[in-house]
Amino acid sequence: MQIILNGETRNLDEDATVADLIAELNLTDQRLAVEVNEELVPRSTFSNHHLKAGDEMEIVHAIGGG
Amino acid sequence: MNSNDTFTVAGRTFSSRLLVGTGKYKDMDETQEAIEASGAEIITIAVRRTNMGQNSDEPNILELLPPDRYTILPNTAGCYDQKTAVRTCRLARELLDGHNLVKLEVLGDEKTLFPDVIATLRAAEELVKDGFDVMVYTNDDPIIARQLEEIGCAAVMPLAAPIGSGLGIRNPLNIRTIVENAHVPILVDAGVGTASDAAMAMELGCDGVLMNTAIAAAKDPVLMASAMKKGIEAGREAFLAGRMTAKRFASASSPVDGLFF
Repeated sequence: MQIILNGETRNLDEDATVADLIAELNLTDQRLAVEVNEELVPRSTFSNHHLKAGDEMEIVHAIGGG
Repeated sequence: MNSNDTFTVAGRTFSSRLLVGTGKYKDMDETQEAIEASGAEIITIAVRRTNMGQNSDEPNILELLPPDRYTILPNTAGCYDQKTAVRTCRLARELLDGHNLVKLEVLGDEKTLFPDVIATLRAAEELVKDGFDVMVYTNDDPIIARQLEEIGCAAVMPLAAPIGSGLGIRNPLNIRTIVENAHVPILVDAGVGTASDAAMAMELGCDGVLMNTAIAAAKDPVLMASAMKKGIEAGREAFLAGRMTAKRFASASSPVDGLFF
């Protein structure tokens, strides 16, 4: 299935969880935050939040800014 | 500086009244050195997309400036509407393990980066209801400042001049009026250019100043960070000391009595 990750199309296994995708991206221990379809996904629910085709997901982190 | 002269926002107490941004520096080393020299205890960060497929080993700003040492103030820079500002704050709270202090800014246009005050008021209301401690960027309008306080913002932060302009305090009378009306901390946020601007903000009675470009865009950012620290302290002491009344004509400093001619 396809989702939109940070504005780009990405192919994923059916029924993949947020945790699966984060592991695939080698971001497991990074300090980041996730939203799917403009709703926050708490870190504690990464492994039971299943993604669906067409989901729009954002992975964000902190950078320098004023 | 008297060590009892602390600054409290949303129940958190600080000794430094200089808050600094972490953007626009040459590299991470310069960021770290400048922030160290500024003595700031509260630092702002931005929230942005993680780059996929790029080197994830590059140092993270929060490793360099760890939340156990600094109070992190995530901002909503780049947000032009209520919804994206609120989403950004929720992501930031998750990113920082529930830390609920945020700097809200909802911008009106790219040329001025002036706030959209109507969207700012609405976003502030939504965030306060959602349990955030909101430090809010606004223009130098005393009426809007009062309304933001009434909504429940933890601090109101009027601009001195446009963000990144370095023009200094364009409307000191409004800043003074905002300070006089306020029951929450008032910080000048944006527009200062040099140490005397920071001192002026403090002399007007502000509780602090938040800046980024004035330090980062100086020829020597680390030295400017140190100058800003001193400007803030000097302005604060002058405010507490209570300045003399300005007069139009001279008043001799040496006694007239005892002149021998």
